[in-house]
Amino acid sequence: MSFSWAKAYEPKNPFMRWLDERLPLPRLVYGAVGGGYPVPRNLNYWWNFGVLAGLFLTIQIVTGIVLAMWYYATGDGAFNSVEHIMRDVNAGWLLRYTHANGASFFFIVTYIHIFRGLYYGSYKAPRELVWILGLVIYLLMMATAFMGYVLPWGQMSYWGAQVITGFFGAIPLIGEPLRVWLLGGYAPDQAALTRFFSLHYLLPFVIAAVVVLHIWALHIPGSSNPTGVDVKDEKDTLPFHPFYTAKDGWFAGGVLLVFALVVFFAPNALGHPDNYIPANPLATPAHIVPEWYFWPFYAILRAFTTDFILPAKLWGVLAMFASILLLFFLPWIDKSPVRSGNYRPLFRTFFWILVADVLILGWAGGQPATALPVAIGQITSAYYFAHFLIILPLISKFETPLPLPRSITDSVLHGEKQESAPAGVEPGTTTIAGEGSSRK
Amino acid sequence: MIRWLLGFIGAAFSVVLLWSLFSGLSTHFSDPPEPTAEEEFHKHPKPLHLASDGPLGHFDRQQLQRGFQVYKEVCAACHGLSHVAFYDLEGLGYSEAEVKAIASQWQIEVPSINPETGEAATRPALASDRFPSPYPNEVAARAANNNALPPDLSLITKAREGGAAYIHSLLTGYQNQPAELVHKFPAAKTPEGLYFNPYFANLNIAMPPPLTSEGQVQYADGTPPTVDQMATDVAAFLVWAAEPKLENRHAAGIAVVVFLLFATILGHLAYRNVWAEAKRKVRVTGAIEPENKAKRRRANRKAGVSD
Repeated sequence: MSFSWAKAYEPKNPFMRWLDERLPLPRLVYGAVGGGYPVPRNLNYWWNFGVLAGLFLTIQIVTGIVLAMWYYATGDGAFNSVEHIMRDVNAGWLLRYTHANGASFFFIVTYIHIFRGLYYGSYKAPRELVWILGLVIYLLMMATAFMGYVLPWGQMSYWGAQVITGFFGAIPLIGEPLRVWLLGGYAPDQAALTRFFSLHYLLPFVIAAVVVLHIWALHIPGSSNPTGVDVKDEKDTLPFHPFYTAKDGWFAGGVLLVFALVVFFAPNALGHPDNYIPANPLATPAHIVPEWYFWPFYAILRAFTTDFILPAKLWGVLAMFASILLLFFLPWIDKSPVRSGNYRPLFRTFFWILVADVLILGWAGGQPATALPVAIGQITSAYYFAHFLIILPLISKFETPLPLPRSITDSVLHGEKQESAPAGVEPGTTTIAGEGSSRK
Repeated sequence: MIRWLLGFIGAAFSVVLLWSLFSGLSTHFSDPPEPTAEEEFHKHPKPLHLASDGPLGHFDRQQLQRGFQVYKEVCAACHGLSHVAFYDLEGLGYSEAEVKAIASQWQIEVPSINPETGEAATRPALASDRFPSPYPNEVAARAANNNALPPDLSLITKAREGGAAYIHSLLTGYQNQPAELVHKFPAAKTPEGLYFNPYFANLNIAMPPPLTSEGQVQYADGTPPTVDQMATDVAAFLVWAAEPKLENRHAAGIAVVVFLLFATILGHLAYRNVWAEAKRKVRVTGAIEPENKAKRRRANRKAGVSD
């Protein structure tokens, strides 16, 4: 794949040769994550998070399959079966705490992975499909996580399901029938719980399939890198194995260490106490909040408080979906030929404003809907849309990027500090990313 | 074209949001929300330290037994413990025989059927039973408690913000309603049949003060049974009831963290070893040392670049 100097697989023993001739599976693995995949030599640690997302997907699938052996998807049995897992199943508490916190960590590493892509322009040509497939994975993750949170059938499960499926009720004309059809009833009940369980079990495997497409699409142009400059020749790359397997390996150990600290010593810190109260359709919790990873979107949903031609609720739902869907257009919104934020001073400033904006949005979404958090949510929501749909196209039009290094190797040899003004390149004679690709 | 369209959508969302902000703020200032009694008089739990706190926390079994005694003699009349089984009490340090005795003498019997006639009946609890509910159903529970439902206590320390500290504060927090509150919020006067408690979310709780006097429970181990002591002990017991596997979790956690620390350090050393030759940067720190110069030359030669 990718580059002409990528090493072809050579079986090392007779069995592998026998297998390779009949089913070239070892060849596939070697080309995908082995010595046969050349990777830019200058990747920093922000490039580790894709592999980590794969790791947490695996953790979720493995723990989830075992939990499903003990879980009953019934209105009467769901909550009790979860407590049975916690108390009486061997290491059941470990499985459940790992699964519940694994979801949070899956989102943490995925958010870092997405923001890395935003900063380094990983969505730009020729990697538009890598980006779009990644967003499909993200949408599937959100659906899966939402349905998973419903399964313990606690108060937040129930009322979260009530609120989220209520979004569909905001669609004009077909909204209410659609909501009833999705839930299989007028409110979340047995029918909803059983179908959520079924889909919660199905979707992770769909995610795994799209992950394969995501990696496949990535391997055509190869990985991007912190300079955003295309790979020019063999000097610019290192084989994935052993260099990046070693780097990913030890870093994964460190992240698992943090994960273990949460699972074993603060397993309920990221959850909501109300979800330890069994679902009760007659008692509405004081503050219904989704899990923390949905807070920014929840803030956008709640930010629309006034009817303006359309009802406020419909605005909220449209904006919430739009806030994710607009990311699909990003490769065509940001037309700057320079990929990396390191060489885009104006873009970089606004990128960090966006990061702060999304963090504040998250804070606002987790607060009770009182005047101050809602007002802050309104300002930050407005900035969110303005950033992607107004500011970003303008930046790419008016910004003067810094000179790019001639090659990855060049930037490496001059050290990071001098990357933005490498020796031998006079200001103005920028090498534009995308030209002079040596890819075959 | 697409950028113009998207820009228009972005502008529309932003304008509507700013309009919402403007109308929200103008309502807020023209018609400010009234302060409520809950906002001004609700208190956060007092700090409570238990042996089970922290990453190395262990249960104090003596305390758990005292807490269980408080639950049994005071709370169990109204509050269930439906996720806990009698055999779980062995985790409190009781022997198998003691657990059997506790189960068979439990004040509430387990619903059953008469083996002769098949009619509904009750039988003494077995060690394998979960704690029987004090009421046959929710209607009966409400009927006996002025229409309030005493919550099951199995998970109460996980199901309330503040956990054990909240339980302790609530049990010791009953007081007369402050005159200032009634003066300021006449409508918030505690209604007949409810009790003022500043640690309860809406300040008025249906549960009568359960721990009222010193010596309400006679501890076998000689600990003075003050109200505060009884509240602390039962809070500790309820932490155990919500998570009997807490000690296993802490012990496994230490082992996993030590293992991962070791594995990560080894992994890091392996990584440095693998990358040593291909190290992308050769830093020259401070004065240029011959060693660093040599390193840089070597890296450059390897990369095929002249110095």
